[in-house]
Amino acid sequence: MRPGVLTVGAVYGAALLLSLAGFGATLWYGVDEPGNALAFGTLIALGELARWGAVPGEREAAPLAAAGALAYALLGTDAGTATTHGVLQIVAVVVAGALAGIVPHLARGHGPGADHVARRILTVTFAALCFQPLYNSGAVVEHLGEGPPYAFFLLLLLCLTALCDAVLAALLLRARTGFPYGPLLRDELRALLGIGSAVCATGAVMALGVAAAGLWALPVLAVPLLLTQVSFRRYAAVRTVNRQTIASLARATEIAGCTPPGHARRVAALSTAVGRELGLSGPELAVLEHAALMHDIGQLSLVDPVEGGATALLPAEEQRRIALLGGEVVRRTGVAAAVAVVVERQADPYRDQPLPARIVRAVNAYDDLAGDGAGAALEALERLRLGTARDYHPDVVECLARVLARGGAGGVTSTIAG
Amino acid sequence: MGVKVIPRAAAVYICCALLAAGACTLPALRPGAATPWGTVALLAALYALCELPARCRILGRSLGGSVPMGTGSFFPVLLASALLLPPAAAALTAVPGSLLARVEEPPAGPRRAWRAAATALAVWAAAQAAGALGSGTALGHGPAAPDFPYALLPAGAAALAFCLALTALDGGIRATADGLPAGAAWRGLLGRALAPHAVHGLAGLMMAVLWRSSYGPAAALFVLLPMYISCWVFAQYHRERAAHQATIRALVQAVDIKDRYTRGHSERVGHASVLIARELGMAEDRLDVVRFAGILHDVGKLGVPTRVLRKDGPLTPEERRVIELHPEYGHEMVRGIGFLGEARSAILHHHERMDGSGYPYGLHGEQIPEFARMVAVADAFDAMTSTRSYSRARPVPTAVAELERCAGSHFDPRMVAALVRALDRHGWQTGVTADETTAAGPPGGRVPPPREESVRTEDPPVRTEAPAARAAENPAARAAENSDVRTEAPDVRTEDPDVRTEHPDVRTKDPEPRPEDSDVRPKERA
Repeated sequence: MRPGVLTVGAVYGAALLLSLAGFGATLWYGVDEPGNALAFGTLIALGELARWGAVPGEREAAPLAAAGALAYALLGTDAGTATTHGVLQIVAVVVAGALAGIVPHLARGHGPGADHVARRILTVTFAALCFQPLYNSGAVVEHLGEGPPYAFFLLLLLCLTALCDAVLAALLLRARTGFPYGPLLRDELRALLGIGSAVCATGAVMALGVAAAGLWALPVLAVPLLLTQVSFRRYAAVRTVNRQTIASLARATEIAGCTPPGHARRVAALSTAVGRELGLSGPELAVLEHAALMHDIGQLSLVDPVEGGATALLPAEEQRRIALLGGEVVRRTGVAAAVAVVVERQADPYRDQPLPARIVRAVNAYDDLAGDGAGAALEALERLRLGTARDYHPDVVECLARVLARGGAGGVTSTIAG
Repeated sequence: MGVKVIPRAAAVYICCALLAAGACTLPALRPGAATPWGTVALLAALYALCELPARCRILGRSLGGSVPMGTGSFFPVLLASALLLPPAAAALTAVPGSLLARVEEPPAGPRRAWRAAATALAVWAAAQAAGALGSGTALGHGPAAPDFPYALLPAGAAALAFCLALTALDGGIRATADGLPAGAAWRGLLGRALAPHAVHGLAGLMMAVLWRSSYGPAAALFVLLPMYISCWVFAQYHRERAAHQATIRALVQAVDIKDRYTRGHSERVGHASVLIARELGMAEDRLDVVRFAGILHDVGKLGVPTRVLRKDGPLTPEERRVIELHPEYGHEMVRGIGFLGEARSAILHHHERMDGSGYPYGLHGEQIPEFARMVAVADAFDAMTSTRSYSRARPVPTAVAELERCAGSHFDPRMVAALVRALDRHGWQTGVTADETTAAGPPGGRVPPPREESVRTEDPPVRTEAPAARAAENPAARAAENSDVRTEAPDVRTEDPDVRTEHPDVRTKDPEPRPEDSDVRPKERA
């Protein structure tokens, strides 16, 4: 059994139990303020529907649904009158709304992952547990009144909820990929600054808006958030296109016959996996991935292609010359300057190299040497180990061996955050 | 760049706007006026704070394209003040922010003054509209709930008035400062501005409601965060887009590394293809695809061994076959780039001929994709009008005559005719690069509108024939040496030793002969 199965099972089990309890309790005791429940449920369903057209790998594909769910969890007053709905009813409404919105997507064959739904249920429960018991017992209004302190209290709760969500997301990712927890959590926290903060702010303002103006606040506030969603989507789309273009540039060496087919892609995937294992995150990983994709680009400048494209077998001087030529090309692309540095330094002895260049060098050599067949792979690793005196960093080689032992780079490249 | 001198008409116009703005704000400054100074100061400070980050280059109007949300992402603050305050006081809140915000081009003083006056007037108009519909009572106060859905009406009226006033004033400054005809100055401004202002109106309404509610101004701040983030993402989007343009250019430059004699060719083909497409009345979004098709048409040369591309002397049939694979290599290479769409088939088919004698598939007439026919004409035209190792650039009229002669057999006559019309209208310059056609901004209008409603400008003005500055040193003898490779196309490569290049920008290259011209010469059948 893989070690992560337990974590994933626990998260799914908790989410399922909560939803069942929510539905059971709601059916048994009936719905408090059905108008509110209906309005928020509809908002959540619509928000999930707006997921339509999402780019794969998008951070928060349904921000409106997330904000609506958080707002319902933190809803205290409705146009001046206190509400009485409890935690379990909140869970039931959120789950029902989400399911109603997701079903059309599932019918068309590309709904959100189960992780996403489970996370939503758990974070909303967390927010509701922090707020509703206190509010329904009257403690909140008694201590904070209904003025500005109340607003800040809501904002504080939402910040806590966002942290909780980041922790949960990193846990799930770790369970799935086996990467170290620290960098994953850092990625998640960094992503909070983007659409995460817009979701939290809208959640708070929806709860306050309904408290001040009644349910009319919901559609009025939904529009700016939808606009934010559109902006994010356009940004994500252009990012994707840029990645595709860089990948095409990387493929140029393959089509020119300089490198074996799929070499750049394999080196990029494996380098990213090794980079994560070594604790890189966010922008560092993006630099590493781009550099790995384009590491052979210098070969385009050669008048005759290198035999088999395996630069690892060339004399050191020649390797360095190709690396410098490659850096020159990379500097002209729109990628960060750090990428060009990595490409330029990929052939230096490891003591002079930055960490990403060490990784690219080792992984490139491995891919050049390994070819096909398990025997060749073991032999390639052995040759890398023999080279750890000067060429390859020992830690990077060991880390590469660990990643390979775990089954290579499977399904990791898509989680890089911007 | 930027013109430092303001035309007299614009100066008068700005003065009038300043006077009008002064007149609007005056009632609030009179001694007896019951202006709520606390609220005014808070809102003005808030707006100024919001506009400050925009000073640090938040986005480029220069990047072209329609910009639905610009630095004006903080108009909700102004609309909220229009709903909350009497007109004169509301107009005051716009002033500090507008004066502080970033100015893109000199002269900064008049631009700031103009922007403050225009924004103040717009806010004043919005507040008048809202006040007339009774926004004061509709918003509620303290524990008293606002009167929804009626409150939407004053908010909508305020947003509409704001938007109308701004576009009217902006159009006026464009007409007076840039000397645009009145119709062109206003055209399209309102249509682009309405939707964003509607969103601003809703956010402004919610700000005003929360401001008046018992939760106080602090809660109103939360409304701004999503707007702020939209604005930030928008800037990121433009940065990434610029990065993407650079990546595309890097692809092209990688071709230049291998094939040194065609520098700038790809960008010019992209430009000429866009000229043709625009002449044929294509939609703006397809123009982008056409441009990429033109820019990337030779990207497959990356797959051809450098030794063959740079070979001196005649090519063997074997080498010719290798070179003729480049459209297929190019198609394979850009397969993974999703947005290219039709451009991919243009890359594959740009060497097809109308009579079916082209490659790779020997398609006929209408079988050849439209974009490919377009790129083929642009490619041939640029090959003839730029200097190659074996031939100097021909003047545009000669090239056009050659194209017209080959129209029907090689080229689609419709495309040739469109190119000729476009050249008549815009002229041609050999130095046009992708930077200028895609990323560069309006070519120095004198006082561009202060906000980011992004006026999409036409292409930068291109000169027609500049007087010959320097002739390309290119021995005709070299070309003659290699004539055996190219003789079969006397039509498109008549050498005229007296033709001097008319273009100052032609780079003189080392005069080595280069065998493959790939572009105009009919395929040699071995």
